[in-house]
Amino acid sequence: MNTMVGTRKFAPRPVLVTLAIALILAGLAASSSGAVSIPWSNLPRLLWGQAAPGDAMLQNILVDIRLPRVLFSVVAGAALAASGVTMQALFRNPLAEPGLVGISSGAAAGAVLAIVMTMGGFFVVASMAFAGSLLATYLAYVVGSRYRGVAGLLLAGIAINTIASSVIGVLTYLADDAQLRDLTFWILGSLAGADWSTLAWIGPWTLLLLAYLLVQWRVLNALLLGEREAAHLGFDLAAVRRRLIAVTALIVGPMVAVTGGIGFVGLVVPHVVRMVLGAHHRYLLPASMVAGALLLTLADLASRLVVSPAELPIGLVTSLVGGPFFFWLLMRGRTAAR
Amino acid sequence: MKRYWLALCLCGLMGAQAACAAQRVVSLGGSVTEIIYELGQGGRLVADDESSVYPEAATRLPRVGYYRTVPLEGVVAMRPDLVLASRNAGPPKTLERLRGLGVELVSVSDSPSIDSLYERIGQISGQLGVGQMGDALIQRIRGEVASAQALPATQRRALVPINRSGPFLGAGGGTAADAVLALAGLKNALAEQKGYKQVSAEGLVTLAPDMIIVSSASVKASGGMDKILAQAGVASTPAAREGRVVALDDLLILGVGPRVGQAIRSLKEAAR
Repeated sequence: MNTMVGTRKFAPRPVLVTLAIALILAGLAASSSGAVSIPWSNLPRLLWGQAAPGDAMLQNILVDIRLPRVLFSVVAGAALAASGVTMQALFRNPLAEPGLVGISSGAAAGAVLAIVMTMGGFFVVASMAFAGSLLATYLAYVVGSRYRGVAGLLLAGIAINTIASSVIGVLTYLADDAQLRDLTFWILGSLAGADWSTLAWIGPWTLLLLAYLLVQWRVLNALLLGEREAAHLGFDLAAVRRRLIAVTALIVGPMVAVTGGIGFVGLVVPHVVRMVLGAHHRYLLPASMVAGALLLTLADLASRLVVSPAELPIGLVTSLVGGPFFFWLLMRGRTAAR
Repeated sequence: MKRYWLALCLCGLMGAQAACAAQRVVSLGGSVTEIIYELGQGGRLVADDESSVYPEAATRLPRVGYYRTVPLEGVVAMRPDLVLASRNAGPPKTLERLRGLGVELVSVSDSPSIDSLYERIGQISGQLGVGQMGDALIQRIRGEVASAQALPATQRRALVPINRSGPFLGAGGGTAADAVLALAGLKNALAEQKGYKQVSAEGLVTLAPDMIIVSSASVKASGGMDKILAQAGVASTPAAREGRVVALDDLLILGVGPRVGQAIRSLKEAAR
């Protein structure tokens, strides 16, 4: 597909700055709107003391509910987009994405298995989600690298998604009513669970791994050139692959454990950014992270506003945007190949 | 406004001011909402959830989603001074955080049994400061149940299939339907099964129920009673042969609510 090697159309720095400003604005909008709207002008007052009487509820909503959620959507969006970029370079395939390849559903299957079988607490569920994502990534890699081009990976993704959803299906049948309500959360995805205590561990963990990915841009560029070329450039490909797969699973696994399956961010964002900036990973990676954060922040805002005071699962919102985009991508690829 | 003053007067009479202060109540769970209205306190509700479908007035209130996936901010936004939540409401973490934010949240008994119904009425009426009305309601239901249970029981094997969209789901042990059948002196043909599971046409024939009770919504979803009788498997059951396939209001058969006495009576009449 031509999008992989598309040439740069815009200078990277202005684009990055624009994205960053847009993210800040989106963050402010997300902090001020919701079931209760808080005027922008009140934000500083609510955040930094001098609260007027009657502000207590607004302050609670802003500080304890919205802020951790907005920050979480920023981290999660960046993580999903960055793992999309990494996998696309790793598999040398523009369609690689945690959801499509089955990593997210592998993680969901692991989580659901833990919920139904063990009755274990959060850490049992999260580690099972991680194990599931690791296994799915490994399988996708093994099968996907046997075939040239898109087919192998997509077929592997279909197989993994089928296995994962049948595991989830069987467990749904076994689950009691109380467990069922937890399962829908994993399958549809939600940021409702985001609070300060979750953010306190998943935030630093994810940011650390994202920083690691950022400095890997040379390897990712080399991978794009092809195996032999990368080897000539002095990279030990087998080791690089193993490392990048592990890092992707380490990012996606715990994230899915907290948010459930949020699809398509990892596919849509890198594609759009690549159209604008080209495939140079030095810029593609950071720009995708910021754009992913922006997209997920807006998606979460939409999920909170559309049916307010109720909420939509965020996975629904991203799939509504992502599904048609994916379709368009496939149509476009076909015409380009002719 | 009228109701407000009425409530205020009641509060003054009973002197239970702390409980009576609650004028902005959010209800989470249809079985809770139903009782609040039954106690005549519906006017104090500012929001409920998607599962609150009875009475009709409950469906016109703002909805904070489904009671099992409660949105934190949505509830806080209603500025409730009391949240009455079914014990099945959740997720637990959200309820915990609601309490952490200083929202008065009271968890109310909600399992499919008549004891739970009495407990629920007691808890809700206590929280709303209308304890005497609660006691009166419990007495009324006890009376209705006792007189309905005094009617002769048949011990027939009954099956309760529900149809939302597609195949029948049979109500097994631990469901509200199972509890209502037991109260009416009927045997659940699916007592061994836990919860709601799909019943095949062959399964229907093997189970050979003497009586089939379908909820009125299921009749509607199936496209009428004729369609149900024409379904594969149904015609071969003793229930169909003996003309004991009956429709019952959803609230009567799929929950143990304030009209449980009426449910028992209807079932016993249909079983004869």
